Amino acid sequence: MISLRGRSAAFELEAPLTRAVWMLVDRDTLTPQRRGRAFLVKDDEKPADGFDLYFVTDPERAPTGKPWIALPPLLRYVSAGDVVSASETGEYLRVLWRHKNPANSVLLTERCDHYCLMCSQPPKEREDDWLLENARELIRLLPSSTPGIGFTGGEPTIYGDRLINLLRLCRNVLPEADVHVLSNGRRFAHFGFASAWANVGNPRMMVGIPIYGAEPTLHDYVVQAEGAFDETVRGIVNLGEVRARTEIRVVIHRQTAPALPEIAEFIARNLPFVEQVALMGLEMIGFARANMDEVWIDPVEYRAELAEAVSLLARRGVKTMIYNHQLCLIDRQLWPFAVRSISDWKNEYHPECARCSVVERCGGFFFSAKYRHSDHITAIQSDASTKRDVLQV
Amino acid sequence: MSRFRQLEDFRPQTAGWELLPFRFERLNGRVLVTNMVGEHVMLAAEQFEAFAEKRLPVDSPLVRRLRAKHLIRQPGDRSPSTLLALKARTRYRRLAESTGLHIFVVSLRCEHSCPYCQVSRQSGDTERYDMSPETAERGLGMAFRSPSSAIKIEFQGGEPLLNFGLIEEIVRRAERRNCDERRNLGFVIATNLALLTDEMLEFCARHDINISTSLDGPADLHNKNRPRPGRDSWELAVKGIRRVREALGVDRVSALMTTTKASLGRVREIVDCYLEQGLRGIFLRPLSPYGFAIKTKSYSAYDAERWLDFYREGLAYILDLNRRGVPMTEYLSAVILKKMLTNREPGYVDLTSPAGIGIGAIVYNYDGSVYASDEGRMLAEMGDETFRLGHLATDSYEEIMTSEALLAPLEESFAPSAPMCSDCAFEPFCGSDPVYHYATSGDFLGRKPESDFCRRNTAVFKHLLGLYESDPSARSTFLNWVGR
Repeated sequence: MISLRGRSAAFELEAPLTRAVWMLVDRDTLTPQRRGRAFLVKDDEKPADGFDLYFVTDPERAPTGKPWIALPPLLRYVSAGDVVSASETGEYLRVLWRHKNPANSVLLTERCDHYCLMCSQPPKEREDDWLLENARELIRLLPSSTPGIGFTGGEPTIYGDRLINLLRLCRNVLPEADVHVLSNGRRFAHFGFASAWANVGNPRMMVGIPIYGAEPTLHDYVVQAEGAFDETVRGIVNLGEVRARTEIRVVIHRQTAPALPEIAEFIARNLPFVEQVALMGLEMIGFARANMDEVWIDPVEYRAELAEAVSLLARRGVKTMIYNHQLCLIDRQLWPFAVRSISDWKNEYHPECARCSVVERCGGFFFSAKYRHSDHITAIQSDASTKRDVLQV
Repeated sequence: MSRFRQLEDFRPQTAGWELLPFRFERLNGRVLVTNMVGEHVMLAAEQFEAFAEKRLPVDSPLVRRLRAKHLIRQPGDRSPSTLLALKARTRYRRLAESTGLHIFVVSLRCEHSCPYCQVSRQSGDTERYDMSPETAERGLGMAFRSPSSAIKIEFQGGEPLLNFGLIEEIVRRAERRNCDERRNLGFVIATNLALLTDEMLEFCARHDINISTSLDGPADLHNKNRPRPGRDSWELAVKGIRRVREALGVDRVSALMTTTKASLGRVREIVDCYLEQGLRGIFLRPLSPYGFAIKTKSYSAYDAERWLDFYREGLAYILDLNRRGVPMTEYLSAVILKKMLTNREPGYVDLTSPAGIGIGAIVYNYDGSVYASDEGRMLAEMGDETFRLGHLATDSYEEIMTSEALLAPLEESFAPSAPMCSDCAFEPFCGSDPVYHYATSGDFLGRKPESDFCRRNTAVFKHLLGLYESDPSARSTFLNWVGR
């Protein structure tokens, strides 16, 4: 687990900061560019001139007469190419971008019209448009060769056209980036919004939308919003109509696990035009911890339903992936569908994993598994068939 | 205490269900219910009554299943009609892609003398029974008028290899045309393989031509069905299959069998024969009512029942092979299962509605006559020209495709509006076959209670649904077939 936010160890500014988002530059990456850049002072180096802000790891080495912020110990892992935001006062810091991370995810808002039982990012009902503004600044600072960027919430589509504008900026300045947006999909029920989305015209853009049932009651219960299923489904159909790339995400927990086969059947029959379906293990943070009794289920309990769901989808030509599952908890025939999907900053392994022969192919755990994980984590012993099955993965 | 509401809070508050279009069939005490696009649920009789009479209580566990299958909805639900419309559109999408299969009868001559074949001639008279290059060119002109993005040209006979020079000519001309047309162009030769030469194979390899052949089963059965001088039809077919596999690739040759009375009771041997030749699938075809069969009145309800036994035994054997890890597909079941389990319409000419005649496949006979189907051509050889749509030399594409000879049988046989079909629970899995019904009962629609087409297909649907619902291993194999 890596920290992504913290309070400055110390700081000294002449005036409040006029911008929030800063890309870090060091001696090795120094160019004449200064706008939006902050210089990262490493141990003995002499800081370069002309920057509006300096970050230091050691307050003792702060440059005199220049605005500086000292990183707290937990954030000292940052390096040149990373992007950090700082509050006006310089006190509060967030790491927005780690260039070594292949899958950076950018939070656009904490507001949401759903209130999911297992939400990992519980919604907050307060104005936070500055997150969107920061995201715009971040995109402007990133190199055009950036391979990918994800946007998450809250519900990013609450911004409407402003989200579309952000995605247009992405297409134009990050032409090589795979762009992934997580949404509850309801706004796409308005055909105009789905069209505007498609008109962004970025073939590398995909939207991930959750479905938690084959009919309204279960889905609406899981997301705690009446009418959600009907709108989300019509949203996905509209996305299909405008040929927008769509992923369906099914988070598996105590409520959805028994319904996996019927959800799979529903998707295969009604929404087979989507690009892929991700069946996802539960992350035990946020509301999932508050609702532990309602949502926690040991993955071994739904082995059969998971296998059935994968079979119903994959054999009808729907690309299917299993996220966030440890290989020892799923049928071996499902290994080829398992993806290492947990962001590195959240990823952990169990002591048992040290003895496992397929650990490097395994998704591992969310760090939050410390709150709850399966009682059945078992090292897989190497044998001829393990080698064969792992090769397929 | 909790900020979260319970599952019950999201149930509809009133039981004001609206029924969506459905059809049903009682099966051994249970009721099969299908929605308008062929998704199905099996209900107990009392569940069905409650559903149909809109007496289901709000908290019935059945409600969730019925809503998921778009059989009921709550007032205000908009996604069920959106999805039903989408699925129905998908099912009929192929209609915009007419006509995909163009059959060129390049020669009526054949060195075989199969008793069930009414079309071939034992003759050296090439003038009289071979297609001319002019006719072929006109046929190609007609084929490329089709709006279909994919065009498959199938060479038939008689024995088409007897006029291989014309096949080469047609393939070259079609490829030249396709430089501009940019269709997805494919070729297949339907041949008994007896006359196959290395030069022909070489040509097929260069032009990506597939081979479809006849294999009726073990040598004695095949040779009895398919007499030729030397009584070596089976040996030549088997050798030919091997040569094609090696020269073109294992998936470039498929075989069709004709089920005769002599085949009934020997289905395992027939399947084994296909396995031995390395073929990965077999089409357990019904007895054909055409030609010899009709003439000799050997086709009857009695035979239909015996064919069903043949089919069920064959399918059980094939499922058992799959269970033991030997992949083998039964194509008739695969076509039907695709219709049951997906929205795709496989467009199998004998089991689709509107019928596949003319708009799924069309036949250009050696003499330039155009027929709505291969069976229509056979009827014509027996003296009945009902399905003759026109002639390549005198009729335009528009005249042929809008001829009464095509439109009348298409319209009259359309299953969703046919008596007894329109309210049949199996209609989404079935099709209309105006040529069959015309041949057996004298009109395009037929009388369903007397129709063996109906009896046979209904029995097959019940059998497949029964296996899908009750046998997990069969279900798994079926899903594999559907995925292909």
